[in-house]
Amino acid sequence: MMLHSILFYIFALAMLGAACGVVFSRNPVHSVMFLVLTFFQSALLWLLAEAEFLAIVLVLVYVGAVMVLFLFVVMMLEVDIEAAKRGLSRYAPLGIGIALIMVVELVQLIWLRSQGIASTSGFATMPEGYNNTKALGAVLYTEHAYAFEIAAVILLLAIVAAITLTLRKRPGIKVQDISAQVAVRARDRVRLVKMEVEKKQ
Amino acid sequence: MIGLEHYLTLAAMLFVLSIAGIIINRRNLILLLMCIELMLLAVNFNFVAFSRYLGDESGQIFVFFVLTVAAAEAAIGLAILVVLFRNRRSIAVQELNTLKG
Repeated sequence: MMLHSILFYIFALAMLGAACGVVFSRNPVHSVMFLVLTFFQSALLWLLAEAEFLAIVLVLVYVGAVMVLFLFVVMMLEVDIEAAKRGLSRYAPLGIGIALIMVVELVQLIWLRSQGIASTSGFATMPEGYNNTKALGAVLYTEHAYAFEIAAVILLLAIVAAITLTLRKRPGIKVQDISAQVAVRARDRVRLVKMEVEKKQ
Repeated sequence: MIGLEHYLTLAAMLFVLSIAGIIINRRNLILLLMCIELMLLAVNFNFVAFSRYLGDESGQIFVFFVLTVAAAEAAIGLAILVVLFRNRRSIAVQELNTLKG
C-alpha cells in the first residue's frame, strides 16, 4: 500500500508538471508533446485506480489518434512563435491569480466536506477474477446501448464535417476525369486512313 | 492510503491549471483547444474516481462517451482551424474580428 501511495504521488507530480509544460511552453509542438505526456501519466493513474480499460483507451485513442491530429495541424500551420510570446506577460498574473484562488477553494471544499464521511480509506478492492473490460461491456451494450449508438452517429458526423470543411477544389491542377475516360470509344481516338502505296524513287 | 480525495484534488488542480492556460494563452487558438482537452481530462478524472468510490461502472461508461465527444470536437475544431488559416493566414484570436463581436 505504501508503494501504491508513492506511485500515485510520482505520477501525479509528473502529470501536473507536464500540464504546466502544456500551458507555459512557448512552442506549440512542445505543448503537444507535453500533452501526450500528461495523457500517459493520467492513464497510469487510472491504472492505479483499477480502471484498466479506460487507461488503455486513453493511450490508444487519445495519444494514438487525437494527439497525432493535433501534431499534424500544429506542424501544418506555420505559427509565428514570436507573436505568441508577446501575450504572456500581460495576462500571466491574472491567470495565475485566478488559478490560485480557485485551487485553494476547491481543495478546501474537497478536504473539509469529506471530514464526516470516512472516504480516505481508499477504494474498495475488486474481488478475485474481476474483469474491468467485461464489466464495462456488460453495462455498455445493455443499459447504455442507445447512448452508444448516438456516440457512433457523433463520430460519423465528425468525419463528414471535418472532410467537408477542409475539402477544396483547386483550379489548374491535373486530375483524372473518370467518366470521360470510361466514355471514350475507339473510333474517336484512332483514324484509319487508306492511301496509295508510294513508288520507290 | 490513496482515496477519493486525492483523485479529486488532482483533478481540481488539473482543471484550474487549464483555466489558467486559457487565460494566459488566449492569443493562440491551438493552445486554447489543448487547454480544453486538459479540462475534459480533469472531468474524466472525477468520473473515474467517483465510479471507483461508489462501485458503479456507469461513471466509467460516461468517461467513454466524454472521450468520444472530445475526439469529435477536436477533429471539427482542428478542421475549422485549418480553414481559418487558409483564409486569413493567421490563427491569432485578436485578428478574428470580422463579426465585430
